Amino acid sequence: MEPIKKHTGIGVPLRASNVDTDQIIPAVYLKRVTKTGFDDALFANWRKDEKFILNREPYSQGTVLVAGPDFGTGSSREHAVWALKDYGFRVVISDRFADIFRGNSGKQGLVAAQVTQDNVELLWKILENEPGTEVTVDLENKTVLCGSVEVPFEIDDYVRWRLMEGLDDIGLTLQQEGKISEFEKSRPAWLPKTQ
Amino acid sequence: MAEGIASKPRTLAEKVWDAHTVVKGDGGKPDLLYIDLHLVHEVTSPQAFEGLRLENRPLRRLDLTIATEDHNTPTEDIFSTIADITSRTQIETLRKNAAEFGVRIHSLGDMEQGIVHVMGPQLGLTMPGMTVVCGDSHTSTHGAFGALAFGIGTSEVEHVMATQTLPLAPFKTMAITVDGTLKPGVTAKDIILAVIAEIGTGGGQGYVLEYRGSAIRSLSMEGRMTICNMSIEAGARAGMVAPDETTFEYVKGREHAPTCELWDQAVEYWKTLPTDEGAQFDREIFIDANELEPFVTWGTNPGQGIPLSQAVPFPEDFQSESDTAAAQKALDYMGLTAGTPMKDIPVDVVFLGSCTNSRIEDLRAAADIVKDHKVAENVRMMVVPGSQKVRAQAEAEGLDQIFKDFGADWRFAGCSMCLGMNPDQLAPGERCASTSNRNFEGRQGKGGRTHLVSPLVAAATAIRGTLSSPSDLEPATA
Repeated sequence: MEPIKKHTGIGVPLRASNVDTDQIIPAVYLKRVTKTGFDDALFANWRKDEKFILNREPYSQGTVLVAGPDFGTGSSREHAVWALKDYGFRVVISDRFADIFRGNSGKQGLVAAQVTQDNVELLWKILENEPGTEVTVDLENKTVLCGSVEVPFEIDDYVRWRLMEGLDDIGLTLQQEGKISEFEKSRPAWLPKTQ
Repeated sequence: MAEGIASKPRTLAEKVWDAHTVVKGDGGKPDLLYIDLHLVHEVTSPQAFEGLRLENRPLRRLDLTIATEDHNTPTEDIFSTIADITSRTQIETLRKNAAEFGVRIHSLGDMEQGIVHVMGPQLGLTMPGMTVVCGDSHTSTHGAFGALAFGIGTSEVEHVMATQTLPLAPFKTMAITVDGTLKPGVTAKDIILAVIAEIGTGGGQGYVLEYRGSAIRSLSMEGRMTICNMSIEAGARAGMVAPDETTFEYVKGREHAPTCELWDQAVEYWKTLPTDEGAQFDREIFIDANELEPFVTWGTNPGQGIPLSQAVPFPEDFQSESDTAAAQKALDYMGLTAGTPMKDIPVDVVFLGSCTNSRIEDLRAAADIVKDHKVAENVRMMVVPGSQKVRAQAEAEGLDQIFKDFGADWRFAGCSMCLGMNPDQLAPGERCASTSNRNFEGRQGKGGRTHLVSPLVAAATAIRGTLSSPSDLEPATA
């Protein structure tokens, strides 16, 4: 995973709450067996509407998505994160993220930055009034800078550390191999085995 | 289990968590949790297997892993080649990966094949006190047994394959107490739709829900699975019900259930799992079961639900500006006018199936209603059993004939129209009363409109052609 300490890019105001993962990537696009090539699938149904924000310049070049509360609800599909990343997004900002989506983001180097809804509204106004405004997300200081406005964001400290270091979770866990093997010896005998 | 923890009263979820903690995280690090059962399906696994291959890592515990094909599989013509080439590739990829790594798989045509969350419990692989994961958000279903069960993303699927563990940050606990007696025609599905309407689609974020109270205790395992299944629609990764005699009775005698002494050991342990007297929940919700009515959704998220006896709400009646905007957007998509009685809304399709409501009890309940009736004109009904075994059981009981005589389509097992990855989809603008779990825009097919309902409401709706409960039906004339 590429380390990410600070990111600057065009902000995209997405005025919608409850953006579920079926909207982020409809199920018909989940049939692929690769991890990349999902950029065309991102918001596929909404993108058919020419007024949709990503069909408008300069938002189509955006890399920081600013959305309403409860982003990423529903299905566990990590394809939602792959599609956002493939399109070019590096950061999603929202007041509330669904737990699984937030977990998936952290594993794939997509920053899920939690910003209060009041501040999201503020960012929306700036990004709508001045399309193309760049947003800088600083993981070191946990701040979002948009035009002249700076607001704080929340993110789990452990996830932040992994993002900044670009660390692979599996590698980290395998360092605990001894403890895992030890644990396995104490598992009760009634537990089922599939084979 | 660490000493000292036992003295403090704990919740069911905390007990299962503690018993699976391999490494306690310090300084804000997550705990490392051991996973007892990993369920695998074709959609969220190919990239995980590929990851193992690229890193030259083996799958650590084949004996705790099992795969089936469900999301993408056809529900008719299952013995011919799958026409959609990308679907076929995905299923063939799972078969190839299972063979290469040595994973047990139940493929299309196999008696155990079916929706992954129907398969696990049916084999007796889901038991109290276990940790269960799957690359599918409805893994919460297995919490009905008092297991800690939750959906994971593909990176986590790969992580479990490689290490049989997951690093997880501790969660908060929420008690949802449902006391009282359900009125006739009110089911587990109505309870959970009412809960989600109450706490909202984000209300459970960061929590494990524990469903308690006399109305929950009186439910069958099927009903408890329906409730835990939709915990994720309230934003919670997991939902649980404490194990009791109903649970033990359901597990006993199944293929992978322990026997003899091991059974006794297991039951003895399971009886220690219910939440201790005095244990603290971070949040508590109370629902009066006596007051519940059949529930139905009117909007495009599962929190947008109301009793079936009510009318489509007015967007301006919502408290917050964003709820008003969301309601307006939902009504536009759903093609509904505020103030219309829900029971006046005609449907085109009725879907009985999904990991929420496709078990034998669901099929029996719906068959009992449609028996001696004919499906309404202009309505097509599809019945998709949760597994091939459920299908066989239903056929042994003659339920298939009841559905066929009624005019419904009797299908093979799979996820089917719940998410419309296979050909079972709504056409744009079509309206569906569905026993599934998500009414998102386009979920059941692009432009399709979904109303979430119980199997009883689905059956009554198929007879009348408009959203209906069994109490709206005339006595059968046959």
